[in-house]
Amino acid sequence: MGFSEILSQYDSLDMATYLAAVTPADVERVLAKHSLTPLDYLTLLSPAAEGMLEAMAQKANGISMRHFGKTIQLFTPLYLANFCTNQCVYCGFNTANRIPRSQLSADEVRKEGEAIAATGLKHLLILTGDAPSKSTVEYIGDCAKILGEYFPSVSIEVYALTQDEYAYLETCGVDGLTLFQETYNKTLYKELHPKGPKRNYDFRLDAPERGCQAGFRSVTIGALLGLEAVWQRDAFFTGLHAGYLQDNYPGTSIAISPPRMRPHVGSYEPASIVTDRNLVQYVLALRIFLHNVGITVSTRESASLRDNMMPLGVTKMSAGVTTAVGGHTAEDNGTAQFDISDPRSVEEMCRAIESKGFQPVFKDWQPF
Amino acid sequence: MEANNNDALVIGGVSLTSRLFTGTGKYGSDTIIPDVCEASGSQVITVALRRVDTNAATGNVMQHIPEHMQLLPNTSGARNADEAVRIARLARAAGCGDWIKIEVISDNKYLLPDGYETAKATEILAKEGFVVLPYVNADLYVARDLVNAGAAAVMPLGAPIGSNRGLMTKEMVRILIDEIALPIIVDAGIGAPSQACEAMEMGAAACLVNTAIAASGDPVAMGRAFGEAVRAGRAAYLAQTATVSTGTADASSPLTGFLGGM
Ligand code: SF4
Repeated sequence: MGFSEILSQYDSLDMATYLAAVTPADVERVLAKHSLTPLDYLTLLSPAAEGMLEAMAQKANGISMRHFGKTIQLFTPLYLANFCTNQCVYCGFNTANRIPRSQLSADEVRKEGEAIAATGLKHLLILTGDAPSKSTVEYIGDCAKILGEYFPSVSIEVYALTQDEYAYLETCGVDGLTLFQETYNKTLYKELHPKGPKRNYDFRLDAPERGCQAGFRSVTIGALLGLEAVWQRDAFFTGLHAGYLQDNYPGTSIAISPPRMRPHVGSYEPASIVTDRNLVQYVLALRIFLHNVGITVSTRESASLRDNMMPLGVTKMSAGVTTAVGGHTAEDNGTAQFDISDPRSVEEMCRAIESKGFQPVFKDWQPF
Repeated sequence: MEANNNDALVIGGVSLTSRLFTGTGKYGSDTIIPDVCEASGSQVITVALRRVDTNAATGNVMQHIPEHMQLLPNTSGARNADEAVRIARLARAAGCGDWIKIEVISDNKYLLPDGYETAKATEILAKEGFVVLPYVNADLYVARDLVNAGAAAVMPLGAPIGSNRGLMTKEMVRILIDEIALPIIVDAGIGAPSQACEAMEMGAAACLVNTAIAASGDPVAMGRAFGEAVRAGRAAYLAQTATVSTGTADASSPLTGFLGGM
């Protein structure tokens, strides 16, 4: 059974009603369990659970300490290009936005790689906009080969590919895939993606699974919180999707990133405001539901929120981030995909992690 | 205090007076490692090769491991025998010595070790002269395979990694201690010194403890507690714990009491 079939099992679930009916006693009952059913997980996303964050945090912290200890793995994104053929209404790279477009040459990729490597980072995430004819699979593969000279781990966050294409990139040294479904609400998805190849909901939904089948060591998924009016829907389905991948591809390490909408070039207003409390609740619920998944909190979030979330189940953080193409070396950084809230350098990030009693981990993988 | 000065644990020709093995993986800062080693008395420390950055001038876990410690690099991240073998060779090439802890895990949900792939890797690496310490389920058949494959010890789990549930596999570990001629080192799952002590009382040759020390409120104090617990358990084992019931005929023997003083 593929994930879309699992999703369809919940078609008739009235999520708002379910969430409203949860009582504190239900939450307590779930917190007393060792393994959770999907509906238990949903219980932890309820408004009733929002009033019990401390108890959830205690449990999530215990699980995280046992599985990951006091460590936070660091990585940084590298934007190779911002050409895009899509019109995601919430994104600054949207083809309808008049922004300067560019793509790094091999030399520029090397320079960016060198600049990032000089900060000590070892895990790199390379990104392109969604323009397959500009940022071809071969181009991405060539960049990965260059960057592999500097980084023991190179992951991609690019448009959805076929399994063969993922397998090809794996031979180029790519070991991880990040792909955001944005929203699991199919109708809403179509509205938010009016044009371009990304409009194909099913092709995107199954892409993380194709990445697992292609042999990537790590696959990170997520929804963009704020697109859905009931934020818990996407949080719930993201957790289910991660659980599905973990159950079916036990050899791949599955991670979740819970980004929230950020200001960008354009005028899209979020359908729901996901508060700091909501985000924390989501991360806690995830950790209690899926003990061993990685959880990434990006620089979309503020420095103080990120710092305070370290003990709650977060395992990976980005540092020294720029979301503009060539942003690590160019003087004029160009247009960013979205504004970041935590602009701290790698060094500053390390100090912050250490001050929380945690250890920044630079290297957690190497090819052999 | 050593239970017995002659009671060294010899593995791969190395004589160890401490039977507590420690780890490097989950500390808030690697700078605490020397203090934990000293307080615990541990002489063997495992380190994940995937975390070792041989090129880094700073931020390298290896800088914090005291000179006298026996390094036990592990193959964490390996999903099959082939990957474990390659990581082991890399560890040796990186100057980490000949000891290798085989960890082959292809299940990211429960992190349980794959016995078949572990035995395959053990066989290859033992032939290449490695001192192989495989991490496995507490399974008699797997342990026998490991003996045949040339392992230097067998490291059964006490409970799944990260569970801190203690010696859940107690009866299976006891069978391994009874049946397997190699040192049995309980690895994973131990959450408290009392549990390590219990494993040692049963006759385990050593315990490897990482999370329970690293994730505790005071890793140095907890390291010391584990060092003492392991010594106490070993001393009790050597002293041959008195049995609870002698089993000899007495008036309360319901089935054989009628035999009287025969
Ligand atoms: S989210 Fe990605 S695909 Fe959509 S417009 Fe932005 S860059 Fe293009």
